[in-house]
Amino acid sequence: MSELSQSSDRPAVCYHCGAVAGSDPVEFDGKVFCCHGCRAVYEILSRNQLCDYYQIENTPGRVSTLRQTGRFEYLDNPAVAEGLVERYGPEMAVVRFRVPQMHCSSCIWLLENLQRLDPGVRGSRTEFLKKRVTVRFHPGQTTLRRIVELLASLGYEPELNLSALTDVPEEKVDRSLYIRVGVAAFCFGNIMLFSLPEYLSSGTAEAESRTFFYYLNLILSIPVTFYSASIYFSSAVRGLAKRIINIDVPIALGIAIVFLRSVVDVLFGYGPGYFDSLTGLVFLLLIGRVFQIKTYEQLNFDRRYEAYLPLAVTVLRDGIASQAPVTSLKPGDRVLLRNQEVLPADGVLMSERTDVDYSFVTGEQHAVAQERGALLHAGGRIAGVAAEVELVREISQSSLAQVWDSWPRSGEGKTRLMTLGNTAGKYFTIGILLISAVTAIIWMQVDASRTLDAVTAVLIVACPCALSLAAPFAFGTAMRILGRRKLFFKNAAVVESLARVDTVIFDKTGTLTATKTKTLQFEGTPLSEEERTLVASLAANSAHPLSRSIVDALAVPSTTTVEAFEESEGKGVCGRVGDIEVRLGSASFIGSSEEERFDSTRVHLAFNRKPRGSFGFETRYRERIEEVLQALGKDHELHVLSGDGPGEEQRLRTIHPKFASLLFRQSPTDKLSSVRDLQERGMAVLMLGDGLNDAAALWQADVGIAVAEDVSTFTPACDGIMEASTFPALDRLVRFARTALGVVHVCIGVSLVYNIVGLWFAVRAELSPLLAAVLMPASSITVVALAVGLTEWRARRKGVI
Amino acid sequence: MSVLWVLVGFSILVAAGFLAAYIWAVRSGQYDDKYTPSVRILFEDRNNSANIDESERTEGSEEDGDAEDPVR
Repeated sequence: MSELSQSSDRPAVCYHCGAVAGSDPVEFDGKVFCCHGCRAVYEILSRNQLCDYYQIENTPGRVSTLRQTGRFEYLDNPAVAEGLVERYGPEMAVVRFRVPQMHCSSCIWLLENLQRLDPGVRGSRTEFLKKRVTVRFHPGQTTLRRIVELLASLGYEPELNLSALTDVPEEKVDRSLYIRVGVAAFCFGNIMLFSLPEYLSSGTAEAESRTFFYYLNLILSIPVTFYSASIYFSSAVRGLAKRIINIDVPIALGIAIVFLRSVVDVLFGYGPGYFDSLTGLVFLLLIGRVFQIKTYEQLNFDRRYEAYLPLAVTVLRDGIASQAPVTSLKPGDRVLLRNQEVLPADGVLMSERTDVDYSFVTGEQHAVAQERGALLHAGGRIAGVAAEVELVREISQSSLAQVWDSWPRSGEGKTRLMTLGNTAGKYFTIGILLISAVTAIIWMQVDASRTLDAVTAVLIVACPCALSLAAPFAFGTAMRILGRRKLFFKNAAVVESLARVDTVIFDKTGTLTATKTKTLQFEGTPLSEEERTLVASLAANSAHPLSRSIVDALAVPSTTTVEAFEESEGKGVCGRVGDIEVRLGSASFIGSSEEERFDSTRVHLAFNRKPRGSFGFETRYRERIEEVLQALGKDHELHVLSGDGPGEEQRLRTIHPKFASLLFRQSPTDKLSSVRDLQERGMAVLMLGDGLNDAAALWQADVGIAVAEDVSTFTPACDGIMEASTFPALDRLVRFARTALGVVHVCIGVSLVYNIVGLWFAVRAELSPLLAAVLMPASSITVVALAVGLTEWRARRKGVI
Repeated sequence: MSVLWVLVGFSILVAAGFLAAYIWAVRSGQYDDKYTPSVRILFEDRNNSANIDESERTEGSEEDGDAEDPVR
């Protein structure tokens, strides 16, 4: 009876999306499609002569997600539309969407040709790296809803969530750093040019022309000192105000002294000043800053909980279902949630029963069965039959918002760990001041008139520019290398913090375990091929997540027809296949005497009322987990903080026997205080987690990394985002961060050698402008080359790239 | 030597012009997205050739998979 799908050498591939078309391909217009969704998109495009889409890239398509009309009805609501659309007069409106499905050149092309599909659209622009589309349209000729429906029908459903309405508008992009670099480069280049006669002449050139160039250089150095370098002055002042001598203090001091000394030299005719060194130094320092910035524009490290909530839900008013924006919900409203929809606020279940998946909010692995009258918490995802919920709290008063706002946050960021910049800055400043003082005292005895000369020379040459370039270039390179391995950091400083970490805390669900892949184990005599087909056929008729998993896991075609199919909500399914009655469900549903167990989800199976066994879903841990934990455990203390019950404790202990602690049933606040306790014991903590329940701990930890199966989906606020597939390489990546710190130390050693050479001239008041102009860039360039080169080389040697 | 002053003046003016152009380019956001324009420039505006294109494609749909990709 069962038909196996035909397997040929080259299976037919869907013309639209490239998926294998399978046993039941859809043919249209001489092309093969895997489903009607793909065919529908092709039809729209071919009708509008937009088939270039398939020419730019092969099989670029995504499956259309516009299943039922009315899903975007809420976009007609003026309150929602107003929050999303910017209006420019009566004929022009602009809306900006994030479209995570955007992935190739074809996407760009199609999304920029929307006006050919909807005449009301005036034009559209994509920003590929940000995965963003900006659509300009005529509000009289089309509506926001029509545009969103068009995009969804093409398979590019925009990301619409509550944060679009509650977020403060994006800050203006800060482009001033690039302008600072430009100004410094311009002045630096011209000063070098005008200093050429000075470098070449043997002192016989006309005095008049030489002073002219000196003054020109003086004028050109003013914007560099007061505009380009101003960030160093403000950073130094900010540091001192907090009683921290950061690395910018000696730099700002150096810049100020060089400038003042040079101005005095020129004005009083003592010499040409050090303008070339000064501007070159500022230029290089700023280049270091630019290098340090590497933004992963498709990622968002500062999401709030609103980004997890939908923009609208179905509200039942007087028995009529309509879509309403989430912001308009009040306690007492009754909402209807279908499978996979998220509850925006706490509420009481009014329908018979349903399953709620809290894994993202609390870390509990399995969906919880809820009966009528149960209190459901915000953030729960319905997994199974649709539920009617009467809201009892405002969104901002609900448990999700409480979890989110339960810990104090300052805008300061993490400054707990002593960074290299801060420690080095302190010792450097003290060192320089000591040497200058000694130099001053000695010169006072020998030749008081040259004291100032020698002291300023010391301050100029000791400027730790090479030192401050080492960290940005080494960590910046490391950050790019880690980014290639799908571990993305907010900024380069996180690499340094990661190198200093000595404690690692893991969340269990979704971090150590893979959420999507659970292995299905059958308890009882193994099923024959025929029996598996029976079960798969029955389960295929049900939309319950457990049935779906069973169908997927059995991996047999479910083509046998089922008669008298019946689904009892929350209990199980039964049906007749041929002359056998198959039942799948809870122990009581199939008539088994077995006690229900609480440690794992079980689905019992019976043929003709005779219990046959049960399916259990076993948690699957990530690949290489033993090796990763073993390697990390060598020089880190390992902990597990799980929101789930202790069912997996035994298995975790067998995977890695040396956990310092394994704590279960941890609330978000428990996790936060655990991290804090460890920090108070002087530990530097790396926290890995995936859900909202880890958000507080991720924020408190010295390094918080969110683990995500797909990095463009919602992740809690964190310092870094890691794609789950990178987990097997975690130990190597952490070790690599330590290597990068080692590279910085080497670079500091090298730059100190240059500084000592310079000081040797400076204390004897023999530092000529030419010598300074050679020595200072030489040390900076050596350090930059070393930092980048060594980091890349170590990464290759360690197999990180 | 007086020609020198004139030349120096000119060279600074020219360089300052380039600096101004750079600042304008940064301010107007030309460096914000460095990827999409590089793809966009490769798209041909094929509004009028769309019909011909379509008939070609239905005839030789077999070759579609191996067709030369204009972007890659």
